[in-house]
Amino acid sequence: MYSTYLYDLKISDFISSCNNFIIDFSITDTGCDITLQRRDILPEAIAYELAKKQKEISVAEFFERNKHILGFGNPTRALITSVKEGVDNALDACEESGILPDVFIQLKNISEEECVIIVEDNGPGIIKQQIPHVFARLLYGSRFHAVRQSRGQQGIGISAVVLYGQLTTGKHAKIISKIQENQPAVLVELAIDTNKNRGEVQHQEILHWDKPSGTRIEVCLKADYKRGKRFVYEYLQSTSIVNPHARLVYKEADGTEHVFERTTDILPKKSEEIKPHPYGVELGTLIKMSKETNARKLASFLKHEFSSMGDRTANAVCDEAKLDRNLNPADMSREQFLALYQAFKRVKIMTPPTECLSPIGETLIRRSLKSETQEISPEFIFTASRPASVYSGNPFQVEVGIVYGGNLPKDKPVKILRFANRIPLLFQQGDCAVTTAIASIDWRRYGLDQPSGTGVPIGPAIFLTHVASTQIPYTSESKEAIADVEEIENEIKLAFREVARKVQMHINKKVRRVKTREKFDLITKILPEIAKKSAHMLNKPVPSLEKVITRIMDVVWIEDVVEYEKVRGKPVQTKLNVTDTKAQTDSGGWIAKSTIMVVNYKGKPQKFNLYALFPKNAVVGEVKPKPTKVTDTYIKWSLDSINPTKKIDLFFELAGLNKGDFDENDLYVQNINPTYVIGADKWEGE
Amino acid sequence: MPRDYSGVISKIDSIAAKVYADLEQAEIPALQLSTRTKANIRFDDDLNVWKYGKNKTERAASSLDGAYMLLRTMYLVDFIKDMIKEKKSSTLRETYYISEGWNLAKFASQNESDLLAEDLEVITGCMREDFKLRPEEDGARVIGNLVVEEMTRNNTKKKIHCQDDVGDAGYGIPYNVEKEKLTFKQVDADFIVAIETGGMFDRLVENGFDTDSRAILVHLKGQPARSTRRFIKRLNEEKKLPVLVFTDCDPWSFRIFGSIAYGAIKTAHISEYLATPAAQYLGVTPSDIENYKLPTDTLTSEDIAALKSELDDPRFQDQFWKHEIKLQLSLGKKSEQQALAKYGLDYVTDTYLPEKLVEMGMLKK
Repeated sequence: MYSTYLYDLKISDFISSCNNFIIDFSITDTGCDITLQRRDILPEAIAYELAKKQKEISVAEFFERNKHILGFGNPTRALITSVKEGVDNALDACEESGILPDVFIQLKNISEEECVIIVEDNGPGIIKQQIPHVFARLLYGSRFHAVRQSRGQQGIGISAVVLYGQLTTGKHAKIISKIQENQPAVLVELAIDTNKNRGEVQHQEILHWDKPSGTRIEVCLKADYKRGKRFVYEYLQSTSIVNPHARLVYKEADGTEHVFERTTDILPKKSEEIKPHPYGVELGTLIKMSKETNARKLASFLKHEFSSMGDRTANAVCDEAKLDRNLNPADMSREQFLALYQAFKRVKIMTPPTECLSPIGETLIRRSLKSETQEISPEFIFTASRPASVYSGNPFQVEVGIVYGGNLPKDKPVKILRFANRIPLLFQQGDCAVTTAIASIDWRRYGLDQPSGTGVPIGPAIFLTHVASTQIPYTSESKEAIADVEEIENEIKLAFREVARKVQMHINKKVRRVKTREKFDLITKILPEIAKKSAHMLNKPVPSLEKVITRIMDVVWIEDVVEYEKVRGKPVQTKLNVTDTKAQTDSGGWIAKSTIMVVNYKGKPQKFNLYALFPKNAVVGEVKPKPTKVTDTYIKWSLDSINPTKKIDLFFELAGLNKGDFDENDLYVQNINPTYVIGADKWEGE
Repeated sequence: MPRDYSGVISKIDSIAAKVYADLEQAEIPALQLSTRTKANIRFDDDLNVWKYGKNKTERAASSLDGAYMLLRTMYLVDFIKDMIKEKKSSTLRETYYISEGWNLAKFASQNESDLLAEDLEVITGCMREDFKLRPEEDGARVIGNLVVEEMTRNNTKKKIHCQDDVGDAGYGIPYNVEKEKLTFKQVDADFIVAIETGGMFDRLVENGFDTDSRAILVHLKGQPARSTRRFIKRLNEEKKLPVLVFTDCDPWSFRIFGSIAYGAIKTAHISEYLATPAAQYLGVTPSDIENYKLPTDTLTSEDIAALKSELDDPRFQDQFWKHEIKLQLSLGKKSEQQALAKYGLDYVTDTYLPEKLVEMGMLKK
């Protein structure tokens, strides 16, 4: 019942005394609506009785009754969702302002059922007036309708946490914000008025805070700390893997602190907002857009309000729909819009631009995984990144990684790490498109166990998947699993097939090397001994072994080694003040030095081309001998003829990488029978 | 008398020379030897024994295993030359331990060094004794009216009567039974009985079978050592005494007979030194199991596989063996020679052996 019911009763008392009328009233944002209907004119329909009882409820009330949809279904989930929203907020805020995020998360266990969650960041802070709107108002945000990749979109996030805390403990959220170094911070105690969907400042004060700027939220809520804390750790560890630019510090209730250091100082590329793509627009939205546009002609409406619509495509669509290009969108009928909508599907429209996406990138994924799995000492880590694709007009991109071997358990199912828009998905693994895609690949040929070739494989591996999109299709509102959209599932499968091929090539290379290493031992250790002994017994000189060696080995042997050297860069002056030493920064980094040894153990001289691949973001330094060609992904040498038992050494340097990003050369040969070669594969072209 | 080893040395040198020549000619060094399997033995009509056929196996340095084998061969032949020069000998086991000092050429197991020694015999046509290598195996025990003369460690000659001068254990055959070491002086017996088990040997000794039936009893101690087989052969040929082999009734025991009468597959290259072609099989046969209703055990799957393998063995292709082996397969049973005790401890000497000996023409009814 409304809180203002009593007040209105006086009016209604009066009015309903005239039994001729049916009274209907409701409270809105702006005031009060009263409708009267004459009872004698209208029939006594039950619908009217029922109509009296209908009312609108606020979003906050909706939340109260449907907590599970938003991720607060049980005390364990509530804990994780609250941490998640806080951390998401913090990361978003820092990234928007170009600040490398330093996020501090603390949990306190007040009692059996109550926890305090604190999330603090070094972001730009929030101005005092906006605090109630950001933290205590559901469905309020700056990112609606923007077609770009972002962590959260509905604007329910952090406000839901504040509301949940209030509902379950009666306590209010405390927010501290500081927006400028030379200004004090402001502390606000906040409550949500669930009827009005409004924040209410309960208490406010100024205080001193040591940070230059930032935001800190403290919420007390009913949560299961005991059950939830390991999920929180998992969540934060996963988050740090896909946000290598962020530094997270997590302090548990007993004081234990975990630090997840950043592995790069470069902020991720900001995703640019793009216009919606025709394939992704519903008919109703199309009509709505036509009412909001400034364009007066249909063709220009298409070109300006949609992505991937140039002159030619816009004209083609108009023609296909049999509509005049100069039609004013505001004058069009529903049937015409329907024709337009259907025309979209029939005309070939280019895929949308991908500036709206912000993928992590193979190098950083690898680096993150390497740093997080150090204790496991994995045998190898491989990554693969698909080009951007589209489903229903929404751009998306899949990146995957596999960590293999080391101390990972051999007889358990592989661990699957799922990420969507840089957020870890911890639950409902079975319902997720990622799992479906992985389970449908036959992993037995890649060395993992998998009864009947379907299902999650068993073996010592971690599979990481990141899907970035402007619109991730989740299976439910709690955003735990990605829906089985065919295009997305396909891309995930292709990505894993790519990385599995890399795994297989690596294993094959290893096996071949072991076999040839045996032969190597033979010719370097045993054969000389045989020669010595027989010569000694017969009192004759030791015979030369060169020819026999090539007959036994019969290969071109290629071996490589990568070493890292730290380079101290020249000091860079950031200020004109020469005496200010603080301004000088050390821009040193690592140089990767690759040495490749090629030995000809075949009976005849060999002449061929050698290619060495390297990561895209590396810069090539010195190369010896002079290469024939250098692109941004490989170096090519056209080698001179090598005589039997002779060897040549090749050398090159790479800059711009972290130590360990690149530790094995990826080598290819051309103009030689690839079965002759150990240590390099056949060059298939770019 | 000091032996002339120059022939042995030149044969050994030829092995090293082959390897050296291969290397000089830029060939992958390799050694060839006869394949030592059942499939490669053939009966030599002149020698009346089974020898190796034409198939050859190659040990080459093209694989890691082959290279290691060749290296060990080089070290071993060098070691043998040293031993000959210094007039020393070593057991096979000692050789295995000495190889610990050969670095890469170290033997992985005793078996490996034994096999390599045999390989060298096959390649060169010499015997282990020529290489100054001695086995660990025990020679058999002998009791009977036989006087042998042995050249002892002190280089003196000693006469030994194999009944009066020995205890219950009998005379122990030494590892070297060549003429320079052992000669037969006198013998007063009608035949030799070679017995598989110690229990049966003791039974016959206790029952005085050697004196009553004028037999020389030889305890084989299971699969007989080379020295035992050589002893039996020499005694058979020099003193013209028939040899009867008395074993359990199972395929492994049949092989014991095979190694005495036909030559063992592993030592086919020297069958003419070790085999006694005139030896005959006395028992226990599968027919005996039936006729004497002996207590039995069931054949295991390994037993059955061995019997079937013997049906293919070129050495067992005569009527007698084919019939007996097929009979045993159909019976599905095996029996020990000591099972004859079912009818009493004296049954074997009072009834079984006399009946068998009459059957075989050794005794008159």
